[in-house]
Amino acid sequence: MEQVGTRTITYDARGLAEPFAEVPRVSSIADGSAEFDAAPLTTRQINLELRHLIYEQGIRDVIVRNPGAKHSIGVGILQRCRITFEGSLGYFGVGLIDGPEVHITGRVGWSVAENMMSGVVVIEKVAGSLAGAAIRGGDLVVKGSVGARTGIDQKGGTILVGGDAGSMTAFMMQRGRQIICGDVGPGLGDSMYDGEIFVAGQVKSLGIDCIESELTSADQEMLDRKFAIYGLDQPDSFRKFVCGKVLYNYDNLEPSEKKLVIH
Amino acid sequence: MCGIAGIIHRDASSDVGTEMTRMLQSMKHRGPDSSGFALFGEPSDLVVIRFKLADANDPRDFDFKERLDRHRQEVESRLHKIGASVDRVESETEYAYRASVRYEGDLKALADYLEDVPGCEVLSLGHSLEIVKDIGDANEVSALYGLGGFQGTHAIGHVRMATESDVDISGAHPYWAYPFSDVAVVHNGQLTNYFQWKRRLERSGHRFQSECDSEIIAVYLAEKMAEGAGLKDAMEQSLDELDGVFTYMAVTEDSLGVAKDEMAAKPLVLYETDDLVVMASEEIAIRAVLDHEIDTYDPYEGQVLAWSR
Repeated sequence: MEQVGTRTITYDARGLAEPFAEVPRVSSIADGSAEFDAAPLTTRQINLELRHLIYEQGIRDVIVRNPGAKHSIGVGILQRCRITFEGSLGYFGVGLIDGPEVHITGRVGWSVAENMMSGVVVIEKVAGSLAGAAIRGGDLVVKGSVGARTGIDQKGGTILVGGDAGSMTAFMMQRGRQIICGDVGPGLGDSMYDGEIFVAGQVKSLGIDCIESELTSADQEMLDRKFAIYGLDQPDSFRKFVCGKVLYNYDNLEPSEKKLVIH
Repeated sequence: MCGIAGIIHRDASSDVGTEMTRMLQSMKHRGPDSSGFALFGEPSDLVVIRFKLADANDPRDFDFKERLDRHRQEVESRLHKIGASVDRVESETEYAYRASVRYEGDLKALADYLEDVPGCEVLSLGHSLEIVKDIGDANEVSALYGLGGFQGTHAIGHVRMATESDVDISGAHPYWAYPFSDVAVVHNGQLTNYFQWKRRLERSGHRFQSECDSEIIAVYLAEKMAEGAGLKDAMEQSLDELDGVFTYMAVTEDSLGVAKDEMAAKPLVLYETDDLVVMASEEIAIRAVLDHEIDTYDPYEGQVLAWSR
């Protein structure tokens, strides 16, 4: 059996373990920016190369060509930098990031930017389900349509969708905002705790305890600003949806904030 | 988890054996337990029967080989008795066989008569459908059964991560829609009203070969189509009548359809052009058969899509 440090891999039926992957060092580096072709590389090699460039070489501008819809690419980058993917990502792309400005010229699969803390992710084409799941900050911009359960468990940040969204959008959303230019499927904002959802198109149905609210001038100012930043066409009017707080048994303080109040 | 894949060439034929092998192998991580193929070759006058007389992981007892030989001769003699003239019977393994026969009669009668032989399960029956499934990843199964170079028009496939029933050929997908000629199904998901439907369908004369919930879908569609519904209509009815989470694909001799449950709980990525439609649980599987940059999309909840040749 393969030996990795003190650990032994005894079972790998799915063929996903790459215990001996090393940094491939295939990038061409010039003027503080780097570029490499991901087509011949495995998932782990691509991620090792990215981390090597950003953390060890101090590069702040990386272009990854031909990601080929591989999964789990660009995950866990905790550094302000610019990463451009020329192509499409598979599932779990650029999850757990804190800081990067990511641009994806193709589409992405399920769970893009999952758990993003801060940063910007701009996707030129469509996204699968669970886009921006559990993000706590940053902007996720999908210029095309998204699948189901967009921003499930969202705890902050902004999700901007240029096209339509599927069912159970903003399911269990807790904070932050979503801006959807197209139509939304059934169960919008189901079981949401807080946060704001702006929809320009038709809403098939609202989820449990999600209600329509009045769009304020502050909201309009925020919408204008977001569309201007990303250079997107802004629909004429939006409707705003929030939590009805009928099923509301929680206070809206983070644990750290609660401490401040009590003590 | 499971992974499913489908491909249909709308105007031409192609090496669908190799294409489906590549698609399934690229999704091995979704299901390493077993791999299955439903391939549609050029339609012929002959009826192709894929059947097995034992499972791949059955214990090899002392008279295993002799018993299989005896049962195989019994199958051939029964084919003769029911009025089918046997063209040839081939086998790549000691337990799975491919028979091509000339037969004009009732397929249900034929299937029931053959399955009455101990250990016999008809995996597929039709003029162009051939279902091949076995334990192992797609490359292993494809090499074992010599699927590379299989010329055909459309195909579906499945890599299985067993959750509801045993790891064996009977529990592997695709499922033939007994007793319908040239209909098969692959499924990713779980059905929760499986036992209700199993009882209902058994009462109306259908047989189930496995404990797998997915077999229900094939037989359910067969029942609806026997009542006169088209493939797409039958699939649309299934959205209301089958409970659970699912994305499934169904194929007939000239069409391929896909249905997603109303929660969109299981993934599907679609690539569509005028002459080619490719779909799979993951985009990497689609890219495994296309050498150029592609644009794909995901169907929404409750959608049924179908393409014909």
